[in-house]
Amino acid sequence: MPENAPPLSEERIVYLEGLVNQARTAAAVFSQYTQEDVDRIVKPMVLAGLEKAQDLARLAIEETRIGVLEDKAIKNMVATEFVYNYVKDKPTVGVIREYPERGLLELAEPIGVIFSLTPITNPTSTVLFKCIMAIKTRNAVIFSPHPNAWRCCSEAVKIMYETAVKHGAPEGVFTCLESHTLQDNAYLMHHKDIGLIDATGGPGAVKAAYSSGKPALGVGPGNTPVYLEKTADVQMAVVDIIISKTFDNGTICASEQTVVIDDEIYDRVLKKFEDLGAHICNEKETELLGRTVIDPATGSMQPMAVGQTAANIARFVGMRVKPETKLLIAPIRGVGSEYPLSVEKLFPVLAVYRAKSVDEALKTCVDVNHAGGVGHTAVIFSNNEEIIRRFGDMVNAGRIIVNSPGSIGALGGVYNDMVPTFSFGCGTGGGNSTTDNVNVYHYLNIKRLARRTQAHMWFRVPNQIYFNMNAVENLRNFPSRSTMIITNPALEQLGMVDIVRRSIPPQTQARVTIIPDAEPDIRIVMQGVEALNFYKADQIIALGGGSVIDAAKIMKLKYQSPEADLQELAAPFLDIRKRVVQYPTEKINESRLIAISTTSGTGSEVTPFAVMTDKERGIKVTLADYSLSPDVAIVDPQFVMSMPRGLTVDTGVDCLTHALEAGVSIFASPYTDSNAMMAVRLVFRYLPEAYENPRDEEARTMMHNAACIAAIAFSNSGVGVNHSLAHSFGARFGVAHGRANALMLPHVMAYNASVPAKFMPNPNQRAYVAHKKYAMMADLLGLGGHTVEEKVGKLITATEQLLDHLGVPHSIAELGISKEEFERAMPDLARNAFNDPSWRSNPRLPLVNELVDLYWKAWRGRGAAKLETTQPKKAKEEVYA
Amino acid sequence: MSATVPACFAIDGERVAEELRGACEKLDSASGEVVLDFSSVHRIDTGALMGMEKLARAAEGKNVRVALRGLTVENYKVLKLARLASRFSFAD
Repeated sequence: MPENAPPLSEERIVYLEGLVNQARTAAAVFSQYTQEDVDRIVKPMVLAGLEKAQDLARLAIEETRIGVLEDKAIKNMVATEFVYNYVKDKPTVGVIREYPERGLLELAEPIGVIFSLTPITNPTSTVLFKCIMAIKTRNAVIFSPHPNAWRCCSEAVKIMYETAVKHGAPEGVFTCLESHTLQDNAYLMHHKDIGLIDATGGPGAVKAAYSSGKPALGVGPGNTPVYLEKTADVQMAVVDIIISKTFDNGTICASEQTVVIDDEIYDRVLKKFEDLGAHICNEKETELLGRTVIDPATGSMQPMAVGQTAANIARFVGMRVKPETKLLIAPIRGVGSEYPLSVEKLFPVLAVYRAKSVDEALKTCVDVNHAGGVGHTAVIFSNNEEIIRRFGDMVNAGRIIVNSPGSIGALGGVYNDMVPTFSFGCGTGGGNSTTDNVNVYHYLNIKRLARRTQAHMWFRVPNQIYFNMNAVENLRNFPSRSTMIITNPALEQLGMVDIVRRSIPPQTQARVTIIPDAEPDIRIVMQGVEALNFYKADQIIALGGGSVIDAAKIMKLKYQSPEADLQELAAPFLDIRKRVVQYPTEKINESRLIAISTTSGTGSEVTPFAVMTDKERGIKVTLADYSLSPDVAIVDPQFVMSMPRGLTVDTGVDCLTHALEAGVSIFASPYTDSNAMMAVRLVFRYLPEAYENPRDEEARTMMHNAACIAAIAFSNSGVGVNHSLAHSFGARFGVAHGRANALMLPHVMAYNASVPAKFMPNPNQRAYVAHKKYAMMADLLGLGGHTVEEKVGKLITATEQLLDHLGVPHSIAELGISKEEFERAMPDLARNAFNDPSWRSNPRLPLVNELVDLYWKAWRGRGAAKLETTQPKKAKEEVYA
Repeated sequence: MSATVPACFAIDGERVAEELRGACEKLDSASGEVVLDFSSVHRIDTGALMGMEKLARAAEGKNVRVALRGLTVENYKVLKLARLASRFSFAD
């Protein structure tokens, strides 16, 4: 409400409420109409508008004294015929767009009641345009025309309304405020039943609309700069500018205001203007014009000049010009308050500026653009594509018109393929919510019906895996000029490098790089890369456990792509397919990585992961990308026959953890399940035997296979929260990975088998199935049990018994870590576990306090692993499972 | 104690506005509740909607509850948009 305005009378409020009630009723009824109903109404409205185009133009001229009859008639025709041509085949009811491949539908919902302000400059054409849009979109409109254009606008509304209702539109669909005040507008702008304010008018009306707190469409003021560049077709440009600037005596806010002309063509352009009926003002006339048609107090155009002819303006100012003068052209030397004519002038006065260079021209256009016309319209005449693009980048305008008249070009549909409109969105620069040419889609709420889509999944493994005793002999199938064998000191001493050497083709130059038997750090990796570069290795053979193979993966990455930033590549991600940081694809060196595993646990010979220790931060950094996967895996049990018992246990339990976590992962698939389940079975069957009888070849072979098979599963499904806990704990307390996993395992199984506090979002899973997957594993192992809960319980018990049998410590406390020490470490442990990417595929989304709880359970020890709550009862089965 | 059976009127889908006017007149003889059967009404036009509003106002004045039966979801949405839904009760 305007400040100090008298309150509305009760009678006036009743009147306004009546209008809103009528419109609301009409909109409610209209909401039932079909597309056919709507289209049946629109066409006769358009025809009625076309038929009355000249009558309405005459009425507008008589009432407003602004503009040109013929041009106003053309505007009315554009507002009907051109708009109809655009909307006639556009669906605006029900489904308006469909994207079957994306599972998306867009549905139209009408807005309801629109409160529409219309301007004095384009009064009837704006009404016709808005009526057609409203009917096409099933909305009711209350019009509030500019007070000095009320008669012509109400007549236009009447013509549209009567035609619409005659052809089936609901009664009351359009109404026009009787003579009104700003208080009426304010009352309606704040009315709860007004869904949208469409304010085509002056800055005051637009600001009021945007200040109302209602959704609003509002146009901003314009100040169209034109760059007439030296490569332009001058003849065409001058004619176009005259057409545009004189169209309806320059009342369209997109019309040209200041033409910036390259020095080389400046005189020729002005001569052309003069030849075609423009008057070129001398310095005195320009000064006089600026003082008269621009209000010196506000710096804005004088309203009495709006829409007047050039001759009338000249007469008013006291200039002598020919009566047939089309346009007054005023040369200016700058933009801003010292140059009054550099602002918007909705009448046939055009400022021109001589630019000495492209940069000066562009800069001046930017100045004009920012002198009251941000977001509106800009025009360029040029045949230099690069300059056209630069111009587009420099000016902030919703419409950048190229080689055509600004005003008619911006209206759309005549000189270009833009959407026809009588309402120009000016973006945030103009205080608007859109830069679009306002059209039917702005009169709709567009609803998106999004169907559940399944993400594509994958199953990726090295394309060659050789397994069983003496599989290493397959190395002879891989010719190489220069091979680097990477291994650790212990394996070399055990003679395993010699076994590998014997299998390499004799012509291959093979060198050995020995790295420490510990998780790699960057220093070790870079030393290896130096060696690879020195020998120009085309083949890397990693012989070892997870640490050696992981080191080799990272060496290969840095050898092939030296610019790879390991710290950046280790950036966290939620979904490997959508990760922000991509691994390099360009390689300066090509090499084949053959991984020969000497432990039966990590499965690093087939995985796309590599773990490094970040000693400075005391955490493990996990790299993950399928480009890290070895090219060839050799799973030969002869390399694990002498594995010590402790290592057999730690790596064997690591393998079991991989299989169990892969089995319940949210990315588990039938492809990974078959591997995960088989690995679980092999571990329960053969790990105790490998532990009891280390020289048992069958047990060793099967455990070696189990490790590889489990790794194939988790390479594609991921692991889970057990690994996150173990990574954080292992790094902090220096506990071997497999052992750390073992300490957490029964507790995590119980945790995952219970009803989650927070489900993990995943479109590929239709239900929470972790407990059922555990039950399947229990069945596979023949553990018995009748219900899912019983089976899960038996699996946890069997796992605990296996760990007991293998001599795995019962608890973290048993490792000698005191409660106080553990408590002190807990904030870091939980934080690092939560930052670890492994849990991203866990079936439960772990809360930090749950991670803390799991750590404490592991500290207290096995036997305490219980399902947090009972498994779903039968009655809830279909909801939960 | 005897239960009062509410008066029930079927609304003809072709003459909704007139039928509503008729229902309005019968409010005086209704004892507490009137049930209007909208099963045969497929679309509500402006006249019908204005009739609904009048009926709601009259019923409120006479302390009579108006229940609508068999209303389609589409017509229910029209009542919601016209802010009339809260003035009626709905029965299956």
